[in-house]
Amino acid sequence: MKIFVMAAKVLKSLFLKPATLGYPFVPRVYYKNTRGKIAIEIAKCIYCGACQRKCPAQALNVNKAEKNWVINRLRCISCGYCVDVCPKKCLTMENTYSVSATKKEEEVFSGA
Amino acid sequence: MNSPKRTIIPFGPQHPVLPEPIHLDLVVEDEKVVEAIPSLGFVHRGLEKLVEKRDFIDFVYVAERICGICSFIHGLTYCIAIEEIMQIQVPARANYLRVIWSELSRLHSHLLWLGLTADAFGFEALFMHTWKLREKILDIIEETTGGRVIFGSSKVGGVRKDITPEKLAEIIFKLDSYAKEIKEITDVFVNDSSVKHRLVGVGILSKQDAYSLGAVGPTLRASGVNIDMRKLGYAAYKEIDFTPVTETSGDSYARCLVRIRELFQSIDIIKQAAAKIQPGELEVKVSGTPNGEFFARTEQPRGEVIYYVKANGTRFLQRLRVRTPTFANIPALVKLLPGCQLADVPVLVLTIDPCISCTER
Repeated sequence: MKIFVMAAKVLKSLFLKPATLGYPFVPRVYYKNTRGKIAIEIAKCIYCGACQRKCPAQALNVNKAEKNWVINRLRCISCGYCVDVCPKKCLTMENTYSVSATKKEEEVFSGA
Repeated sequence: MNSPKRTIIPFGPQHPVLPEPIHLDLVVEDEKVVEAIPSLGFVHRGLEKLVEKRDFIDFVYVAERICGICSFIHGLTYCIAIEEIMQIQVPARANYLRVIWSELSRLHSHLLWLGLTADAFGFEALFMHTWKLREKILDIIEETTGGRVIFGSSKVGGVRKDITPEKLAEIIFKLDSYAKEIKEITDVFVNDSSVKHRLVGVGILSKQDAYSLGAVGPTLRASGVNIDMRKLGYAAYKEIDFTPVTETSGDSYARCLVRIRELFQSIDIIKQAAAKIQPGELEVKVSGTPNGEFFARTEQPRGEVIYYVKANGTRFLQRLRVRTPTFANIPALVKLLPGCQLADVPVLVLTIDPCISCTER
């Protein structure tokens, strides 16, 4: 029967830096692959609606008549499927997360 | 003499040890539990029904979100079922990448479980140190797939992401150093007297009971039954040399030991896969629609998961049935609770590694 097996580890930890980041003074490092948020280059968009049809979370709304591309950031699950299916490659996945919001508003991109 | 008075104590759905809601009615005599009656259904989302309204290619994103911890293997099992129905030959490289991600998923899930268990018996420092290690595994996952727990890297016909040989070598190098840290921290679970006091001899599930109640995964293997779905050889597991980890005593300590030994086994499997992986295609083009049915069985960190998929030749599947490991382990939990002390219930509930959002889909 051993006791205090953890003691050495705990004592060592007392002299180490915290394992957590000192956010916001130390910024979080995002990887190149990190799925953060969807961005659109609206000038290239042809409003075909492929992204809207494929979106598993139904977070996108494309209006061809009004030339609008609308995203509900709170619904978006950042799966990146819209980026894969976009025929004009105007959608990209940014590696930083969406900022927190105080209102449940949809973000509207207009190409008109 | 009168028999002791029986009382019913409700346990959950909100309880400090439970990450997810399950409710147990514990019938107790003094401090001893004599019966446990489970009730489920607090987080049912109807994902199986959703399959009728989602294209079969798109549904993999929904399947991945059935569970937040074994997400990759949910997506993978769904893909395997569709690929078998459509007779798609997945490229070898994609299969090896699937093995590597499956084992990374097992590593982070088992470390999560060890931390939660340490928290359940009140060893806060051990909990924090275990999760510190888990965070390093999550970093590898995020770097290679883009998500911390929702990988999103499996698709019908192959994988969406690749790991370069340099990155793979770096991962192996990192895992070697993490293995030493994992050894240090798991030695506490294996040797420390206060930990053993809470786990040894508590909640014994006999080999016969484990098998006849249909337990799966570490819960089953800790009782001495050598069943591991990875031995079926799905993805590239047929090329990997490993022996399923088993223990014989069937108590909480054995379930803990199985998971600890599986951590090192997972690192070994990743190394083997990294040594055997060859350059090649990542996916094959999928055309047409599935018509037929298939039972896909894979090994999640918590045990065997079964996906029954029935397709009718359209883009929408006719039926999807998911039998998750926790669902299979609940009868075993109900069996091992009677006879234990009330204070041991939180630890016992955790030893089957309950994942309720999985169970209720």
